[in-house]
Amino acid sequence: MQWETVIGLEVHVQLATQSKIFSGASTAFGAEPNTQACAVDLGLPGVLPVLNEQAVAMAVQFGLAIHAEIPEVSVFDRKNYFYPDLPKGYQTSQMYHPIVGPGEVEITLEQGEAKRIRVHHAHLEEDAGKSLHESFSDGMGHAMTGIDLNRAGTPLLEIVSEPDMRSAKEAAAYLKAIHSIVTYLGISDGNMAEGSMRCDVNVSVRPMGQAEYGTRAEIKNVNSFRFVERAIEFEVERQIELIEDGGKVVQETRLYDPERDETRSMRTKEEANDYRYFPCPDLLPVVLDAAYVDHLREILPELPDEKRARFQDELGLSAYDAGVLAASREMAEYFEAVKEACGDAKQAANWVQGELSGALNREGLAIQDSPVSATQLGGLIGRVMDDTINGKAAKQVFQALWNGQGASADEVIEAKGLKQVTDSGAIEAMIDQVIADSPAQVAQYRDAEPEKRGKMIGYFVGQVMKASRGTANPQQVNGLLKEKLDALC
Amino acid sequence: MHDKTLTELAASLAAGEFTSRELTEHLLGRIERHDGDLNSFITVTPEQALAAADAADATRARGEAGPLTGLPVAIKDLFCTDGVLTTAGSKMLENFVAPYDACVVERLKAAGTVSLGKTNLDEFAMGSSNENSAFGAVKNPWDSGAVPGGSSGGSAAAVAAGLAPAAMGTDTGGSIRQPAAFCGITGLKPTYGRVSRWGIIAYASSLDQAGPMARTAEDCALLMNAIAGHDPRDSTCVARGVPDYRTELAAPLSGLKIGLPREYFGDGLDPAVEAAVREAVAVYESLGATVREVSLPHTHYAIPAYYVIAPAEASSNLARYDGVRFGHRCEAPRDLIDLYKRSRAEGFGEEVKRRILIGTHTLSEGFFDAYYKKAQQVRRLIRQDFLDAFEEVDVLMGPASPTPAFDLGAQKDPVSMYLQDIYTIAVNLAGIPGMSVPAGFVGDRPVGLQILGTHFAEQRLLNVAHQYQQATDWHLRRPKLAEESA
Repeated sequence: MQWETVIGLEVHVQLATQSKIFSGASTAFGAEPNTQACAVDLGLPGVLPVLNEQAVAMAVQFGLAIHAEIPEVSVFDRKNYFYPDLPKGYQTSQMYHPIVGPGEVEITLEQGEAKRIRVHHAHLEEDAGKSLHESFSDGMGHAMTGIDLNRAGTPLLEIVSEPDMRSAKEAAAYLKAIHSIVTYLGISDGNMAEGSMRCDVNVSVRPMGQAEYGTRAEIKNVNSFRFVERAIEFEVERQIELIEDGGKVVQETRLYDPERDETRSMRTKEEANDYRYFPCPDLLPVVLDAAYVDHLREILPELPDEKRARFQDELGLSAYDAGVLAASREMAEYFEAVKEACGDAKQAANWVQGELSGALNREGLAIQDSPVSATQLGGLIGRVMDDTINGKAAKQVFQALWNGQGASADEVIEAKGLKQVTDSGAIEAMIDQVIADSPAQVAQYRDAEPEKRGKMIGYFVGQVMKASRGTANPQQVNGLLKEKLDALC
Repeated sequence: MHDKTLTELAASLAAGEFTSRELTEHLLGRIERHDGDLNSFITVTPEQALAAADAADATRARGEAGPLTGLPVAIKDLFCTDGVLTTAGSKMLENFVAPYDACVVERLKAAGTVSLGKTNLDEFAMGSSNENSAFGAVKNPWDSGAVPGGSSGGSAAAVAAGLAPAAMGTDTGGSIRQPAAFCGITGLKPTYGRVSRWGIIAYASSLDQAGPMARTAEDCALLMNAIAGHDPRDSTCVARGVPDYRTELAAPLSGLKIGLPREYFGDGLDPAVEAAVREAVAVYESLGATVREVSLPHTHYAIPAYYVIAPAEASSNLARYDGVRFGHRCEAPRDLIDLYKRSRAEGFGEEVKRRILIGTHTLSEGFFDAYYKKAQQVRRLIRQDFLDAFEEVDVLMGPASPTPAFDLGAQKDPVSMYLQDIYTIAVNLAGIPGMSVPAGFVGDRPVGLQILGTHFAEQRLLNVAHQYQQATDWHLRRPKLAEESA
């Protein structure tokens, strides 16, 4: 039987506010445990929450970026459950009236076609703390659990999609699109390794053509693009096998284990909590007036889709190049700075995606950590374009800049003497020397069929370039060599 | 000294008749002598009190004294006090030393008052008799066989017994007004949002409100000047100007329109209480007020609605007492669930557990709409009843409680205890302000006249109460216990 996969994602994005969503404590990552938790975060008796306006603005900006409805009124609810790293015994969230209503996110499928994924809503909530199960004991040999409440109260935007994705690849593309939107907006650092973005994946399968959905499993807390794909692939296979063997998928929460590359049951629906949601009486409903929302709309930065379209339409890049360069804010900003410095979008695109990306990938560096700055790269491209250096020398210059041997392309060119030789007299002299030193190759050339000679000329070009230490203009070398060799035939 | 009102004490301190230290020492002595029997304090803080008194005397010596400088007060043990045990009347918090001051405490300190200590209360403010305290019941200073009312029973008893000239209380369903009535003192529950809840251990967040308890309306006005006003730490605290609550006290009452809610004079009202209340209303008529009957048609839904909403919020507010970070933790828990179960089972008293159970149930899937949502609808109707009534009249009057203070141990059935709050509870649901003012006795037990106004009408209420106290002397009566020990 043919099976269809149905996927919906709940993406939790940590918002890059200065302070927590309901307290003044800092949200910076990596501090000593419990040093960034104030009385409110600890849930001490008598404390009260005050909503962080910055978190509201960020959530609304996300809503505007996905063309969502922004309801005038949203309400915080309490989600009640006991857990040691949940200090108040409830999480303040938005169950019934979220801050962002229905919207949509466009993803690009492998064949290049676009698909719209509907977003059901996005709501604000506070993060819980962390339970640390390692390296604690009571001194008498009993293992203990430590609680770090630094993260407690960090603002999260939970973005809930409709079950619109049909493959692991689509799910990953959607997650990347969300990542790209939130980083473009600057509302999150999007750092998945530090937990700034995590997602819960709802997966079900159904026979192709069937209208109703199959029973879904929810895979909790997947924290990388790759794991999302692998977790879904495993889960889809598990469900199909289960059904084909005559079994039934049960509604349950599962956990993805990246080390064993499998999902495991955490709890079934029967064991699920009744969260007893009710409106938080300590917080007033959030009322957004139109002027406030309009202002946020006006200050929205250019978003990935808009940028991609502009790269294609105004800069004349291919759909593929535009897509790659607009995928992340850092990449796009770098590319635009290079373009600005060299004045040629296509050259800038080629260098950023070619030499630079290759080097970054080899070293495992992000573009914002590139040792070669956009200005340096732009300057280098400029020297290629004005024929100061040839392509081969350009690679040497790039490598030198990468290694920190020089502040600019010009400095490297000067220091290494890589300035291109375009004086035809000098080039001719080198050619004559090479021809004189290679009688055997000249004889071969002469004896060859004229149509095969084109390939044989490469040897001579290589020798001349070598003689010029790579600085001869290759086009000139080619043309003059051909003239001189053909004259010998 | 201890028979004076706060206003009189302020004048005496200003005139140099005695110092704040002398006054504080005198009251600490009284607490020492009499509170063993009365049990109105959970914690007395003599050292801090004397230090604060000395500081106040020094402030006065510098000529920088304000209207409250050097005046002693007692604080209900529901307000967090920095460095001082804050128990909420619960075993759960019997070792909890708060690391910060509640906003009200902060403001009282800033005004130069001297805190004598923390007063007894029903556990987590849940109760109408102060019998639900893990630190023992409080006795009514007028009759040691009677309850002082609750939940601010310790505050009311301490003021009535002359152990403190004033105290802070909180009122979620009548917890300032009913004990004020039972102990023959004056208490004001302000409009919801008038006084910050920051640092008040939450019972039912949408209903809790702090207010003053003292001998007179004038004293309450003096305290309101210190504690009322916006606090950015409480989102429900209203950013609205605070008047000087004393300026309108003397305004004449001619033309005042008083409404008597029909529903507050029906079945279950002790005829002697009714007689006292009607006599008080007659005093108002003699002061130039007009009286008419009004109706608050949804009154009989107030108790059911309250006992859905308050426990629902409480069940969530009290979830933080889990034995993990602070408060009572059971011995040697086997695992996490055992830690939760035993810590909470041991730490909470019966009534608190009952309300947590009720609240957990009403919020549960499948019951939420039938209980919580419905109760919120009822709440809106009750609020509208009051708003409609205040279209016709300036204030509403009635009894604060259907009976005078009942005997210790008399109310065994929780529901009959809940019914004690029939005249006070709707006020919290509507968010309006209310007062209880001494208005006579049934035998030796005081009767409280309740005066209600529309939102933010505190100034009017205090004026109405003050004029009554100019015409009567019920508020000046002292219980024997206090007189004997003078």
